[in-house]
Amino acid sequence: MTNLSNNKFEVTIRRCGVPSDEELVRCPGVPNTKRLHQGPVAVIECVEEIPCNVCEVSCPRGAIRIGKKITNLPMLDSQSCVGCGLCIPKCPGLAIFVVDQSGKDIDKVSIPYEFLPLPKPGQIVTALDRNGQPVCDARVERVNNDPRNDRTAVVTLLVPKGLGMKVRFFWLKGEEQDVQRE
Amino acid sequence: MGIARPEVLVIGAGPAGLAAAIEAAEHKASVMVVDENVRAGGQLIKQTHKFFGSELHHAGIRGINIATKLVERAVHLHVSIQLHTPVVAIFEGVVVMAKEEKVLETIRPARLIIATGAIENAICFPGWTLPGVMTAGAAQTFVNIHRVRVGDRVVVVGSGNVGLIIAYQLRQAGSEIVGIVEAKPQIGGWGVHASKIRRMGIPIWLSHTVKEVRGDDRVRTVVIHQIDSNFHPIPGTEKELIADTVCLAVGMRPQVHLVEMAGGSFVYEPVLGGIVPVHNEIMETTVSGVYVAGDVAGVEEASTAIVEGQLAGLAAAYSLGKVSRPAFEERRNAYLQALEELRSGPFGDERKEAKRRIWNHYDQLKQ
Repeated sequence: MTNLSNNKFEVTIRRCGVPSDEELVRCPGVPNTKRLHQGPVAVIECVEEIPCNVCEVSCPRGAIRIGKKITNLPMLDSQSCVGCGLCIPKCPGLAIFVVDQSGKDIDKVSIPYEFLPLPKPGQIVTALDRNGQPVCDARVERVNNDPRNDRTAVVTLLVPKGLGMKVRFFWLKGEEQDVQRE
Repeated sequence: MGIARPEVLVIGAGPAGLAAAIEAAEHKASVMVVDENVRAGGQLIKQTHKFFGSELHHAGIRGINIATKLVERAVHLHVSIQLHTPVVAIFEGVVVMAKEEKVLETIRPARLIIATGAIENAICFPGWTLPGVMTAGAAQTFVNIHRVRVGDRVVVVGSGNVGLIIAYQLRQAGSEIVGIVEAKPQIGGWGVHASKIRRMGIPIWLSHTVKEVRGDDRVRTVVIHQIDSNFHPIPGTEKELIADTVCLAVGMRPQVHLVEMAGGSFVYEPVLGGIVPVHNEIMETTVSGVYVAGDVAGVEEASTAIVEGQLAGLAAAYSLGKVSRPAFEERRNAYLQALEELRSGPFGDERKEAKRRIWNHYDQLKQ
């Protein structure tokens, strides 16, 4: 299985809490650009070897593989993955998203969200990147808070074309974190 | 003052203690669990996040729900759980407990499993006694048990998993998180926990520490400054942050007092929290019939605590003649294998080696 435990790979996330572009490209859970443009697909931003395999069991299509060694990084078979998003609320690290870049004018991003109040479909929210910096306004397409999610809602955002791999969180208007201004 | 005699007495109703009680009770031992808290579950009842780990060991489930499952299973197996009952002393195999904190009672169990968990560390700085400075565990108790928001603007000290998780939970409760201060040049906890914090826009200041907390009656501002690679402050790097709460998440150490009273031996293992009781791979201390499990045996995770509890419960039941040798060996090997997996990867290797040293130490003392 994939072994990515060399130091260089882990530096960025341990330095700033945000995986670098290089870390993401090398991450076996992140599909390539071609696949992202073909339709919805899981993006598993799990770049550090930790003992966890919840995602593997969550996929009804067997598209996520960790294997016998529980610290292996999850490997996504992006051809088997249909982007159903069942894995999103299962990941204890909230590190799985579903991205769909097949649209002409918009990208779609589904994000795990554990804050109240939940947004409503149609609502405009402030979309943030992995650093928590505002990127754009986004329209909420869908809020899935199925009981099986165990209170991790999955919120699907519509964002401008090209931002599907940038947007990773959002705040409701007026709820934004204000400490960055200091 | 009568002397009761359960076959197995477990001190501590956290994940390790409950798992130990369940395992021993599954082998038909009579088991009593005592805990000073009014609710069983230990730290699990404050954990609102989903747990990492293997599908086989409660992973993907919120800590609070794991506690419920363990308590239900223990009750189903007729384990007697005595809450609000601190153990105040252990003398030559006799355990003294203060039933409902009032009446002293003594128990002479055939086997004793100590699963008393850990105590939080604190760091000192001018202003650290002001109201508003508290440990992460205290903040979790306020927010997740009593549903009291600890403050409007919180500075978290420490970026281990506890610090990252408390920042997340306090933000869920509606507090503004001013930022996380970390003395080391890198984040202590898992990257995915840090990513959750960062994508919300919460800064993590590495190579920084608290210089002082200002305020006359309570926390008003927090002054942080940068430190160099020798942890010496760098002049001119002070930042004064407006905050009303400081949450200390600067590590834990095993709560070993009762092990000491029981006559245990100790070693120093910084990676496991400091002074740790010497024990073998089936969790028995150097005192025959006395076992440890969970954070008291070295600070780790709830998942490892549960498996250590299972091992201790199994070993106690086996020594009581409740389990055949082949059955004991089969289960023991499965649990040891599970621990091996949970202690793998870049975060587990150090702990695995420290545990091996402790086992070797046990062998030397027992020779």
